[in-house]
Parts: sequence; C-alpha cells; structure tokens
Amino acid sequence: MTVELSAADIAAKLSQRFPGAVLESGGATVLVESHRLLEVARFLKETPGLDFDYVTSITAVDYCHYFEVIYHLISIQHNHTLVLKTRCHTRHNPTVPSVVALWQGAELQEREIYDLMGIAFSGHPNLKRILTWEGFPGHPLRRDYL
Amino acid sequence: MALRTESILVNMGPHHPSTHGVFRMRFIFDGEVIVDMEPVFGYLHRGIEKLAEGRTYAQNIPFTDRLDYLSSMTNNLAYVLAVEKLAGIPVPERAEYLRVIMSELMRICNHLLAVGFLLNELGAFFTPLMYMFREREKVLDLFEMVCGQRLTYNYMRLGGVSHDIPPEFLPAAKKFVREMPGRIDEYERLLSENEILLFRTKGVGILPREQAINASASGPVLRASGVRWDIRRADPYSIYDRLDFDIPTGEVGDTYDRYMVRIKEMRQSTRILEQALEQLPGGSVCTRVPQLVRPPAGEAYGHIEAPKGELGFYLVSDGSVAPYRFKIRSPSFINLTALRDMVRGWKLADAVVIFGSIDIVLGEVDR
Repeated sequence: MTVELSAADIAAKLSQRFPGAVLESGGATVLVESHRLLEVARFLKETPGLDFDYVTSITAVDYCHYFEVIYHLISIQHNHTLVLKTRCHTRHNPTVPSVVALWQGAELQEREIYDLMGIAFSGHPNLKRILTWEGFPGHPLRRDYL
Repeated sequence: MALRTESILVNMGPHHPSTHGVFRMRFIFDGEVIVDMEPVFGYLHRGIEKLAEGRTYAQNIPFTDRLDYLSSMTNNLAYVLAVEKLAGIPVPERAEYLRVIMSELMRICNHLLAVGFLLNELGAFFTPLMYMFREREKVLDLFEMVCGQRLTYNYMRLGGVSHDIPPEFLPAAKKFVREMPGRIDEYERLLSENEILLFRTKGVGILPREQAINASASGPVLRASGVRWDIRRADPYSIYDRLDFDIPTGEVGDTYDRYMVRIKEMRQSTRILEQALEQLPGGSVCTRVPQLVRPPAGEAYGHIEAPKGELGFYLVSDGSVAPYRFKIRSPSFINLTALRDMVRGWKLADAVVIFGSIDIVLGEVDR
C-alpha cells in the first residue's frame, strides 16, 4: 500500500536543510520556492530514507494569477509518495528549473508543459514544442487561450 | 586517400506500417547503425485536456475512450476513479467487481494485440496476429453484451457502471476464462521458443533496471526490467487487494522479456477473472449520483495499472460542474522517454521491433 509521507515532516526536514525554501505544506503536498526547486528535488531523491527515485507525473495548472507546476513523486524502494509543487507568478516567460538531470522521465513531460502551458524549464536539454508544431501561436492550455 | 564518411538522416514515418498510427522517428545512421533517434509526434493531438475543461465530469467519460482506443475500459476506470476520489462518490460492490472483470478482459485484449503486432514487426506477417484476433473477438463479444459497443465502450459511470450484465454474460465469460490458458499455451508453443523470435529479441533493446525507473517507465516495460511494481499491488484500487495474483517480472529488460511479461500477465489476468467471476456479489451496479456533479474545490490524482502502464488523471476542481484542469498521465507517452537510448547502437530493423515492444497507442501519446 502506498504510504503518503507526511508533508509536515518533510517540510520540517527541508526547512532545516534549506531555510526559507518551503512556502507551505499540508496533506501530502509541499510547496517550494521555484529557484530552490532543483536542490530540494536533489535532496528528496538522494537522501537515504526518502529515495524518491520515480517521478510519476509532472503537470502544470494555470491559476490565472500564477502557474503551479506539480510533481508527483514516488519511491519505488519504500513505496511512499509526495506531491511537490512550485509556483511562478509571471505570465510573461515563466521559468522553472528543469529536473531532467535528476529524473530522465521528466524530459517529455516538461516539453509538453512548455508546449501547452508556456512554462520554460531552464537547463532542459531539448526544450521545444512536442504536441503542436514549431511556430504554433500561443499555449493552448492557458486559461486565456481561446 | 582518406575516405570521406558522413552520417545519414532517415525519416521513418509518420505514415509507416510499423508505427501503428502517425508517429515519426528521425534516425541518424552511421552506415547501418543507429547513432541517434528523435521521436516526433503530435499528429493526432486533439486537445482533449483543453476540451475537457468545457464539459461536465460525466460528459468527459467518452473522451477517455478515445485515448488508448485499444483499452477503453481501463481508461474509463482511471477517470471515474479520479472523479470519485475528488467528489467522494461511493461505489457498490457489484460495480467494483464488474469494473475489475472488464479491466482484466481489457488487459488480455491489449496484450494479445501487443504480442500479435510485435510478431508482425518481426516479419511473421499476420499469422500469429490472427490467432490473437480469434481470442480478442471473444472478448469484444463479451463487451458487446454488456454495453453494445466493441471499441469505445463508455461503460463506467461516476459511482458504478452503466448497465448490469445480461444473463448470457456469465456463462460466456466463464467459458472464455476456461479456454484462455489453453490458448496461451498454444501461443507459447508457436512462439516462445521460436528460433527467429529468440534471435531477434533476446538481448535486443535492453532497458536496464535503474534507467527504467529513472525514465519513469511503467507497466510491462518497467516490470520487464526487473522492477516488481504494479499499482494493483502498490496502491490497490477497487477490489484488487482481495484478489490473488502474481506480478511477473523480467530479468534483463530486453525485448524478449517485454514479450514474456505480457504473456505471463495474460495468465495472471485469467486467474483474477476466475476469482472475480466466482465471487461476483449481487446488488445494484451504480450509486445514484446527481447529473451535474460538483466536486468540492480541490484536486485529486487517481491512477490505475492500465495494460500499457500507469494511467493517471490529475483533476483540479473549482467547485463548478466542469474540471478546472484535466491532466492525463498517459503510459504510452512517458514510456517513449527511454526509446532513444534503447534503439541506439541497433539497426533499423531492430528499432522497429524495440519500438513495437513498448506497445504504444498514438491516441494516448498525442491525446
């Protein structure tokens, strides 16, 4: 049975290690500062006992005044899960660090978000459109795209 | 005199029989050997995630049929599970059993096609596939009995399923389950030790365990690499925790293991079906749910072990009748991540086989 790790415990660990990086936590969700995302993700992947070796799903939601990027993480070794979130508050060229260096599984998913939601992932090896074609106007999954 | 050599770019697809749809692979060759490959897709992108934002939760069920159109039942299931999680809708026990029965029939159906088309790719042109179609036909007949459809079923509902099974279903399903192990033996006699199949698949397109995990592979692809990971066991949904079955895994993660895992999974599915058909309780098949479901504002991620891997729906509700965000985590799409590394160093004919062994459906890749 998959165990949802208590976000409060993880948030406490993260705050201790990266002061100021955790913005909110509740349930199984931890919200972190976008510019600290990569170090937090590395910590989650490489710390013994956490070992989040598998990123199930990466997605983004347009909440109009900010974008939220959501990472569903699983540890296959321990069978526990965590939802990691980060936000960007600009609609013009929002950027989030890419986690492809940690999890190859992020590669196509980040490209999809870039294509459909218009969020750039800095450090992605091949960031270009994937479902629509080069030169497609706009980003269809944004709420203001009609 | 120094010879001048250069690599060649070869475009395979989007219209190529081995891509099962519209999928393009951009190969760079050094002589005959693949140096690099880039998958290009999106030709079948219908914007289902966007369309779903403008329809009610119940109206979105038929859309899910059209993702992986070879396993529509499990697509339905993943979506209704996510909505039920979001809105807290209970499901009657009989409906849970029916859902599991349909899902496992669907898994057999999907694996029959996956194996059949893999053999097609190996040059056994349509002969093995016709054997597979023989059994698939029986499953489709069963589905036709319960919902009148043979491909896009739209059978699951929020809170249950659309119809109870007709009286002729149970005898027919039991007969199918009795016959199926013998049929699988027949495929194995025909294929599993076939010289050509062994030669073309053993050691070809290896996906090592660590990389399979790192590249978020799921389903038979992940298990063939030796990872005992099945959401039916890892995070049981519906009634899978009451059923007895094993999780077959491979050892090296080559094309043969992926083939073998699918064959073994069909046997396990028959085991599950036997138990579920035996235990099927009576009662209603659907909870009464208002036509316009308004889940409380919030989010839910529902996932299942679909035949091709982990199929998940991430839904965000703003309290209205339509989802605010409707995200599909599709196994076919994410399983393609590792394809590039799997085909590098092999020849074009092997790439076709390796690609076939991942088992994708473009409707789900492009959504």
